[in-house]
Amino acid sequence: MKKDYKFNQYYKSLNIFSITLILLSLIFLIFKGLNYGVDFKGGTLIEIRVETEKPDIEVLRSSFNKLNLGKISIKNFGSDNDFVVKFKRDELNDPEFIENLQKNLSQELTQDFSFRRVENVGPKVSSELLKAGVTAICLSLIAMLIYIWIRFEWQFSVGAIAALFHDVIITLGIFSALSLEINLSIVAAVLTIVGYSMNDTVVIYDRVRENLKKYSDIKIFDLTNLSINETLSRTIITSSTTLLALVSIFLFGGEILKGFSLAMILGVILGTYSSIFIANPLLVFFKVSQKTVLKEDN
Amino acid sequence: MVIVSSSNFLDLDLDNQKKIKLGLDLQGGSYLLLELDNEPVIKQKLQSKLLEIKDYFKKNKIKILSLKLDDKLIKLKVSKDDVEKVEKIFNDKESTINPYYFQYKGHQLNVKINGDVFNLELSKYGIILIKNASLDQAIEIVRKRVDEVGTNEPNILKRGNDRILLELPGLDNPDRIKSLLGKTADLAFRLESKSSNESFGTEKLKLIETGEELLLSKRVIISGDNLVDASPRMDSLNNQTVVSFTLDRVGSKRFAQATKRNIGTRLAIVLDGQIISAPVIRDVIAGGSGQISGGFTFQSATDLALLLRSGALPAPLNIIEERTVGPDLGQDSINAGILSLIIGFLLVIGFMTLKYRIFGIIANFTLIINLILLISILTLLEATLTLPGIAGIILTVGMAVDANVLIFERIKEETSKEKNNLIAFDIGYSKSKITILDANITTIIAAIILFIFGSGPVKGFSITLCVGILTTLFSVFFIARLLTSIYVKINKHKEIIIK
Repeated sequence: MKKDYKFNQYYKSLNIFSITLILLSLIFLIFKGLNYGVDFKGGTLIEIRVETEKPDIEVLRSSFNKLNLGKISIKNFGSDNDFVVKFKRDELNDPEFIENLQKNLSQELTQDFSFRRVENVGPKVSSELLKAGVTAICLSLIAMLIYIWIRFEWQFSVGAIAALFHDVIITLGIFSALSLEINLSIVAAVLTIVGYSMNDTVVIYDRVRENLKKYSDIKIFDLTNLSINETLSRTIITSSTTLLALVSIFLFGGEILKGFSLAMILGVILGTYSSIFIANPLLVFFKVSQKTVLKEDN
Repeated sequence: MVIVSSSNFLDLDLDNQKKIKLGLDLQGGSYLLLELDNEPVIKQKLQSKLLEIKDYFKKNKIKILSLKLDDKLIKLKVSKDDVEKVEKIFNDKESTINPYYFQYKGHQLNVKINGDVFNLELSKYGIILIKNASLDQAIEIVRKRVDEVGTNEPNILKRGNDRILLELPGLDNPDRIKSLLGKTADLAFRLESKSSNESFGTEKLKLIETGEELLLSKRVIISGDNLVDASPRMDSLNNQTVVSFTLDRVGSKRFAQATKRNIGTRLAIVLDGQIISAPVIRDVIAGGSGQISGGFTFQSATDLALLLRSGALPAPLNIIEERTVGPDLGQDSINAGILSLIIGFLLVIGFMTLKYRIFGIIANFTLIINLILLISILTLLEATLTLPGIAGIILTVGMAVDANVLIFERIKEETSKEKNNLIAFDIGYSKSKITILDANITTIIAAIILFIFGSGPVKGFSITLCVGILTTLFSVFFIARLLTSIYVKINKHKEIIIK
């Protein structure tokens, strides 16, 4: 059951599609920006559970609005009874703040409630966390570049890194477009996507290089297609099992892991796509041939 | 290796000696990051350096024309003839007035000479040493205060040279600890001053209870350092809660003298720049003990006594990050994590069995061994399991089959070319080895970078991911390889079909 799909026919059209997506993502990232959570923006987050059947978010909102906390945001969080309240607060030093808030709120709100989670991040820490997150993502890209530079020829490194940028930018672009929250776990997801996407690209590239050495008469355009086909079942199976695991986290892992698993699901789909339709066309573009890989071996 | 860790895994069930530690996000608890505001400490240090310089020059008979502190810069003016000599004193490697050269290859003070004026400022090392000393002192005091509250296994760690990380498992309301840590607890007994031109200087401070302002002498009669003990007590005379204290020998003597000389004057008890109470001295207090009243509730008297017993912080502590998770949310997270792990695991196993049949079962068996190894190693390392850490385990389940899939697919290709099963399997393994290593190293690199830059729960994710890759490689190349080779040997002459 030899597979022979003509992936290379779609190189051009899908590249145009990808470039469009990247441009759209960049437009969103530049003009709309990312929706940073308290980790990166600073402020206070309270997860609150209201102990009645179907509590009304508007009642909760008006109760909070009476407490003079400035601009607040309230969102339903998972179940009907759980909400996340976020507001800005630069001064974290009032130790009684949360206690007082709880007291004042119980005067406004008739239903029983409890604070399930409280996060306060000061402006100094949030800017440090943001810096660390950006550094980590940049460093991981550089590390991948170096690794693949050592293992492959430069044309391959450029292709793999282009695929990585593609995945990271579009994932972040989708987060920006949908106003999904960026927090520490999203950074973890992006780094894992970087690792995963690279993994996928390396498997196909390994095969391309092997085939380059084996066949001197096949043009790179068809040779990449052959290599994609040869590794296709592995690509499909591995992304399927990874996606199965991630979907399980997304559906059953609780509200806190939702953003993380969503980012990972997007990243795995994009990573699989880009290692076929971004990484390979670039090898064609650079006119990689048998000479490219043999030169390196001598 | 496998024997060691699997026996450890069994031990886990037998005597529970080593356990995976649950992160605060799973067991509930509070995480506080505190920052020491070192500015006052540095200013104080510079003040005392000023005196030190004065003494030193006096001893060495060098005339100082002027010496003053300008913000954080010490300006020292000497006569023109002494400039060379003074320069030598400050730049001498064995200098006692400008030390540290031998430890750090750098002096405590950076010296800039401008004509006959020496501009001295603390060097990098000078500042770090001050910060470290005050941080160590602060950690001691934080530990005392937290221990007195009686929390479960608190974790107190130094972060950098001005931060303290405090992890309080099981604590879902950190307000009391926060208010205890928010106070410097700098206690001083000072006398009310009649006029503002006293030799020690005076300042106006407020009485907390009434808001009344008193003019106090800056002279400290006794400070918190002189206290040996403090405890809350019910004063039976007027039915008030008070804090009674005992002084050390020096303190007792000074207290007795001051009270003897100032009968009729008000004695202010000042805590962190505010007056708690200012009773009029009626008699000599000679026994070295006394009590502070100030309209306390029993709780506030207990807290004040605790603060006085544990001592003053060298500088104010600011809370710059706080994350608290209630125990029921932690339990919900554990349940959700385990549920998604089981479902993810079953989905992957089902998929592999459908896809590869007998080899799928081999891959699944390998996956189970892999999970056992992963959990045993995490236990051995006494790693902290967090919610993202559980996500890392689930992700490992999804990605671990990749190596087996790579091998199986390769063998499939080889069997179509090579008739001898044994050789085909061997080639399959050896040819996919490099690809598998390449592919996994990329994920390890990403995980290590995440470990270095990540914080809190996210670190747990990177640890499980890293260990997961290592156990995957091990189980694929040893366990799965063993199983497949047994299977192939048995079916040496049959046609083996990997679907």
